[in-house]
Amino acid sequence: MSPRTVDRIATGVICAVAALIMAVLVSLLGFLLFRGVRHIDFHFLTSVPQTIKAGGGIGPQLFNSLFLLVLTMIITIPLGIGAGIYMSEYAKPNRLTGFIRLVVEVLSSFPSIVVGLFGLLVIVNTFGLGYSLLSGALALTVFNLPMMVRLTEQSLRSVPREQKEAGLALGMSQWKTIRSVMLPVALPSIVTGTILAAGRVFGEAAALLFTAGMSSPRLDFTDWNPLHPASPLNPMRPAETLAVHIWKINSEGLAPDAPQIAAGASAVLVIMVLLFNLGARWFGRVLYRKLTAGK
Amino acid sequence: MQATTSKVRSDASPLAGKRPKHAREELRGRIYIYFCVLLMIVTIFSIVYFIASRGLAPFFSGDVGIGDMLLGQTWRPEGAPAAFGAFPFLFGSFATSLLAAIISAPLGFCASIFMTEIMPKFGRTALQPAIELLAGIPSVVYGFVGLSVVVPFLRNNFPGQGIGILAGAIVLSIMILPTITTIATDSLRSLPHGLKEGSYALGATRWQTISRIVLPTTLPSLLTGVVLGIARAFGEALAVQMVIGNAPVIPHSLFESATTLTSVITLEMGNTTSGSLHNNALWSLALMLLIMTFLFVFVVRMLERRTKR
Repeated sequence: MSPRTVDRIATGVICAVAALIMAVLVSLLGFLLFRGVRHIDFHFLTSVPQTIKAGGGIGPQLFNSLFLLVLTMIITIPLGIGAGIYMSEYAKPNRLTGFIRLVVEVLSSFPSIVVGLFGLLVIVNTFGLGYSLLSGALALTVFNLPMMVRLTEQSLRSVPREQKEAGLALGMSQWKTIRSVMLPVALPSIVTGTILAAGRVFGEAAALLFTAGMSSPRLDFTDWNPLHPASPLNPMRPAETLAVHIWKINSEGLAPDAPQIAAGASAVLVIMVLLFNLGARWFGRVLYRKLTAGK
Repeated sequence: MQATTSKVRSDASPLAGKRPKHAREELRGRIYIYFCVLLMIVTIFSIVYFIASRGLAPFFSGDVGIGDMLLGQTWRPEGAPAAFGAFPFLFGSFATSLLAAIISAPLGFCASIFMTEIMPKFGRTALQPAIELLAGIPSVVYGFVGLSVVVPFLRNNFPGQGIGILAGAIVLSIMILPTITTIATDSLRSLPHGLKEGSYALGATRWQTISRIVLPTTLPSLLTGVVLGIARAFGEALAVQMVIGNAPVIPHSLFESATTLTSVITLEMGNTTSGSLHNNALWSLALMLLIMTFLFVFVVRMLERRTKR
């Protein structure tokens, strides 16, 4: 065979594989959305799940997922940004920094189930927080922190050096320069990345099985005092999130309409992830326009 | 460049301090970031310490030998006598994740060649965002799709119930495709233009250039992607657990029910009492996962060192 023929064949194969991947993607999304969207209505999104009867919803689970996400982000963002600032601005190129980099890398490659087990052992049992939203949020923080650190570090590194030096030349302290000159410039990409990370947290289940628990107590959505046990805002109550709920009904669901509920809940989860993706891009652009003089 | 920045830094450092307000501000900032970093280091050490202390307990107490656990083939935690052979789990974990990589790596390489060499514009605007989206889909959703599409398909077309190693590997291969593709694409894009242009100038066809110049040069980074993919597949719990069947035996074919380390932990951890031998044996499995993670990180580092050279 002449090299030209081989080239044509190889190009054809590569294009075919790319088309195959595209087809798998489209059919995957299509399958999830078309099969699931039919079951999504207001009742499904707001009512409580049924164990044996048909017609249960995912209301509390959806709320738990969102609330857990907020809690996790409140803990993760300040910690992640702080460590990210250290990595990009304060870390000297020595052994210690290399070690911290290794820590971030290892932390980010821990399987989520291992993080969940650590949460069970330390947060749930040793600290005595029990199966609760707060335990779940702390476990997810461990899981999310390295991502946040990398993100902040990369965003700060992409800030032009002149801007930093201008700040320092004005006699500002290094910390002040970082806070009032560099962070605003880096903020759009930090925000974009954070929202993408939030999408991952939203769908996480393995780390939550043994930390946030697999049950949801009856919630009273008229009681918004965080200290009451039935209040939705109480961070010390066990909470089953949407992703955990999907896993549970797939493996031990008894309701006759369990497949439909799983399809509907999966569709809701995927739609949320899509929204996070689009939202991240859009919000990052808007913020960039607001904070800089660029158009 | 490093020298200039550090010089600017030391000149402007307010800690040397004429202005106390600035110095205080700087000090507060530093305390905050050092706290964050310290917390991260404490976290990782406590993860290793706590899991190791529980995971090693069955060996220290003499109830289970390390060899018995690694090579034993029966897992009968509540039986009399109890047996804690974890070999079927290790086998299942390795089989599913390696098979997933074998399926996914060629696909990912083709996709990244397509995106960088053949149709860069279409790749950047359509294929790449689509693959990034794939990375964001939660693992339980993959498990659900596996259960409602892959398993019935295998059941109808092959012997067996559909659940098993192959079903798990197919689900995992889709999950790790973004990892492999993204890293491969990055390394192909960062290849110096001169290399490719030199090859074209010598009259080589595109495929000759790709197969003899591009792929060999970027091989270490391509392998990095594959190893990261395997690491992700190895640690994935729920998606695999949902489609693999959860039978603690070494399967005779790809279509027979099997199980993995993560699946066993997921299913049994909730049903054991803390401190029992069964419970501690599960922590030993978690310790194996932890050790594998360190191993994967080590391999990735070795590969990265080769890339830099």
